[in-house]
Amino acid sequence: MNWLLEPLSHAFMVRALLVSALVGSCCGLLSCYMTLKGWALMGDAVSHAVMPGVVLAYSLGLPFSLGAFVFGVGSVALIGFVKQKSRIKEDTVIGLVFTGFFALGLVLVSKVRSNIDLTHILFGNVLGISLADIWQTLLISALVVAVLLVLRRDLLLFCFDPTHARSIGINTGLLHYTLLSVLSLAAVAGLQTVGVILVVAMLVTPGATAYLLTDRFDRMTQIAIASSILSSLLGVYISYWTDSSTAGCVVLVQTGLFLLAFLLAPRYGILRGSGPQAP
Amino acid sequence: MRIEADHLCVDYNGNVALVDASLRLPAGCICGLVGMNGAGKSTLFKCLTGFVRPSRGRILINGQSVAQAQRQQAVAYVPQTESIDCSFPISVWEVVMMGRYGAMNLLRLPRSADRLAVREALERVELLDLRDRPIGSLSGGQRKRAFLARAIAQGASVLLLDEPFNGVDVRTEKLMAGLLLQFRQEGSTILISTHDLEQVRDFCDLVVLINKTVLAFGETAKVFTPENLALTFGGLPADLLVGATGRPGGTGP
Repeated sequence: MNWLLEPLSHAFMVRALLVSALVGSCCGLLSCYMTLKGWALMGDAVSHAVMPGVVLAYSLGLPFSLGAFVFGVGSVALIGFVKQKSRIKEDTVIGLVFTGFFALGLVLVSKVRSNIDLTHILFGNVLGISLADIWQTLLISALVVAVLLVLRRDLLLFCFDPTHARSIGINTGLLHYTLLSVLSLAAVAGLQTVGVILVVAMLVTPGATAYLLTDRFDRMTQIAIASSILSSLLGVYISYWTDSSTAGCVVLVQTGLFLLAFLLAPRYGILRGSGPQAP
Repeated sequence: MRIEADHLCVDYNGNVALVDASLRLPAGCICGLVGMNGAGKSTLFKCLTGFVRPSRGRILINGQSVAQAQRQQAVAYVPQTESIDCSFPISVWEVVMMGRYGAMNLLRLPRSADRLAVREALERVELLDLRDRPIGSLSGGQRKRAFLARAIAQGASVLLLDEPFNGVDVRTEKLMAGLLLQFRQEGSTILISTHDLEQVRDFCDLVVLINKTVLAFGETAKVFTPENLALTFGGLPADLLVGATGRPGGTGP
């Protein structure tokens, strides 16, 4: 029992576990929509593009989530704009815009005078998280989960059949941007635990794991949230006991769970059932 | 008039999709929409479902704007089953329930009237016993019927069907044909986008031939002539077209 309880005697570990569980639940829920909508690349783009926003917000003394949100949504709007106004394909535009923003973030970190540690942004700093940041994360997570719960059926329809959604008078443009805004917010929250580079794992892997385990959306969200929280907690513990990168451990556990599902899922695992059937 | 489209023009960033297309469909008819790929069939559907706003011209559905008609759940779109992600984790019941979303409150919580409508729709397409199955486990024809059930549950007066008889089994084809005739009886207006000229000739009261604009429109017997079809399809071999109008070719009834 000692291995379980000893870390809890440190305040920083309690905070880290709390924050990663929070982030895990909100990213886990969102990851279902990302998986079904096929927005993994968009998640990657947004999480990188928030970087200059974080740096600017810190140097101006604003909440970092505000800066991140502005740049996250801004990057997505820019992607849409460039795609519409040029002949370049979407994945190229995404790759182009997010690396541009990320590069701007790198330059800003090196030039703007502040006490930001680049590695904290890149790889997360959940063990050293401040009380103010915990409050921000709490607010962000609550907002993300609330929006996703209120709009869950509309968003599901939007992912499944946007044409039908439009034809019954649902504003699909609004849903599109709502989902992107929520994505930006969740990326900011995820940044706390695992950093810019790995946050896309938080936004994709739990959903992908759950998708292999069920044919019901409700069940999928439950599994994704559970596996996401489990990986976060387990990852933080493992990193404590092995004295290794927290972000790395959290994402490794997530990937491990995915591998288990990939191999052993009752219907869609490659060692069980009938393998991938084109339905 | 159920649908009034006057002088529609649509372009996508300078690529012209429709020019000066006009069309009037009464209540209670089945109309075939025939044209080549890229002739503007799906653009016309997109105008009617509100996805695309015409740059010129106007559309009235039941005498109202498209947006108003949508709010009253007047327009239902039955997609080509190939365009749907069939590994989506959703059951037949949930798919059909989506037909009711527009009439529900913001949280889309179904009431007993909604459940009743879904049940009746599933009964009409003979899928009630499969209601809890994932949509992906259904056959192509069953899936088609599920989407038709969604339109029924919605209670729409305008049905837009994209290749409804493409790749369906005989049972589904018979069932759907019977249902469409019933809908016409009930006053619905059904617009069918299809490549299957045979089907149009046997089944549709009216026909619209399009190629960037409406080339011909009217009663099937009058409009479905080899000359008009040649106009629609440009360089298709004449024997194919003659077969389509039902004389030689051996595929007619």
